[in-house]
Amino acid sequence: MSGLFSVLWGPFADFGFMRRALVACVTLGMGAGPVGVMLQLRRMSLIGDAMSHAILPGAAIGFLLAGGLSLTAMGLGGIGAGLGVALLAGLVSRRTHLAEDASFASFYLTSLALGVLIVSARGSNIDLLHVLFGTILAIDGPALYLMGGITTLSLGLLAVIWRPLVMECVDPGFMRMSGARGGLYHMVFLFLVVINLVAGFEALGTLMSVGMMMVPAATARLWTRRLLPMMALSALVGMGAGLVGLLVSYHCHLAAGPSIILTCSVLYILSLLASPAGIRAGNSLSL
Amino acid sequence: MIQGTIGLDNAGVVLNGAPVWQHVTGHFAAGSMTAIAGANGAGKSTLLRAILGEVPLAAGTITLDGLHPRDFGYLPQARKIDRAFPISVADMVLGGAWHRMGAFGGATRALRQRAADALDRVKLGQQAGRMIDALSAGQFQRLLFARLLMTDARVMMLDEPFTALDAPTTQDLLGLVCEWHEQGRTIIAVLHDMHQIRRCFPHVVLLSGGRAVWGETARILTPATLRQAYDGMQPRWPDTDA
Repeated sequence: MSGLFSVLWGPFADFGFMRRALVACVTLGMGAGPVGVMLQLRRMSLIGDAMSHAILPGAAIGFLLAGGLSLTAMGLGGIGAGLGVALLAGLVSRRTHLAEDASFASFYLTSLALGVLIVSARGSNIDLLHVLFGTILAIDGPALYLMGGITTLSLGLLAVIWRPLVMECVDPGFMRMSGARGGLYHMVFLFLVVINLVAGFEALGTLMSVGMMMVPAATARLWTRRLLPMMALSALVGMGAGLVGLLVSYHCHLAAGPSIILTCSVLYILSLLASPAGIRAGNSLSL
Repeated sequence: MIQGTIGLDNAGVVLNGAPVWQHVTGHFAAGSMTAIAGANGAGKSTLLRAILGEVPLAAGTITLDGLHPRDFGYLPQARKIDRAFPISVADMVLGGAWHRMGAFGGATRALRQRAADALDRVKLGQQAGRMIDALSAGQFQRLLFARLLMTDARVMMLDEPFTALDAPTTQDLLGLVCEWHEQGRTIIAVLHDMHQIRRCFPHVVLLSGGRAVWGETARILTPATLRQAYDGMQPRWPDTDA
């Protein structure tokens, strides 16, 4: 028993960096999970992925201005870049016949290329790797406070805009005709997506932070058809995957970030095999 | 003009550079019951959306005499709604009370009771706890009517409310529309079934060739005007000429 305890808890009892990484995973899972569910239900999964790339140039500029990995500077830059791309994509889709996902695709690729160019021109390859894939084992106290603040803001805002967001998802036409400002809530929601991605990128990098948002959400959707339990389960899956991923990384000497996301993926695949709405159900259930 | 009248004066709408309809003049009197008819692509739904301010006018004006946006209730086409979204029938109906609850107000006991009554009225009282994706097409349309009932609007705008429904469901829902008319509400409905229009709707707007013919149903829906409205579409699809 004590052997099992030392395997499961030992790394966190012995090392402060493991405890901080665990707190980061719990915080990220709690914030990103519910947002991921809503993103999927709005059929915007790939827009989340695009957004995670879009924040790169802002993060890169913050990185350069701060002279290194600073979540505050990179976070502010990332929020600016993410919202800029969201606004531009929204503007283009309203002024042209291009759909919003097509505008996102164009802008995020531009943004990604710009971000890599900035980091590689002024920083080292190690810096580039840190920005792209994160350093969850190097999270410090201030970064945790920022993550906690973002998660609190995210859950609070989600609760505030809950009703219009749900209504806008189900029936945007009725929402507009009822005089509600659907576009405003859409933008607030995109803001939530951006800040959660920003919260995750010091831990998991700009490329993988979206994993904490989308994979747990997809897993949760396989287990329940109710919205609130779906969001709670998505958060739990993210937090659980963080714990298991960190342990796997510690005991098997693997990179922590990818271990966490791969644990999310394993849970997703197991859910596909075992859940009532998984592959056993075939096409009879559509969630 | 009588308060509650919706008037169009030389109105026109252009979408993607092409005029949908132009020089449309007429009015929906308060408490009237009017069908909007015309071939696919004639601009029927666009007319509803223009009245609701959703589509900008390229020319002319629409006046909503004494009417506020909250006086309008709207029933969208069912296919434009995401039926896979995990929301219960009861919560969906409560969405119709948006004007009372707004974005942040709570659903009071009275509103929940009204929602339950609305569901009973459309024979969905037993389905309140189910998710909307578990409903049949007919039940889902009944649900949309219950939500519209919750709006308690003075003007009911219905976009293809009876499409793909069986006869009993159509009969039930048409009865509800007639009841609203008897209560003095204004009814404007986009419809395809000419028999239904002739039987139940005293007035009609027939959109044809980018223009609107407006008036009493018996006078407007003649074989000649219908031929013009529906056959007039054929040149757009030359393959059908054969």
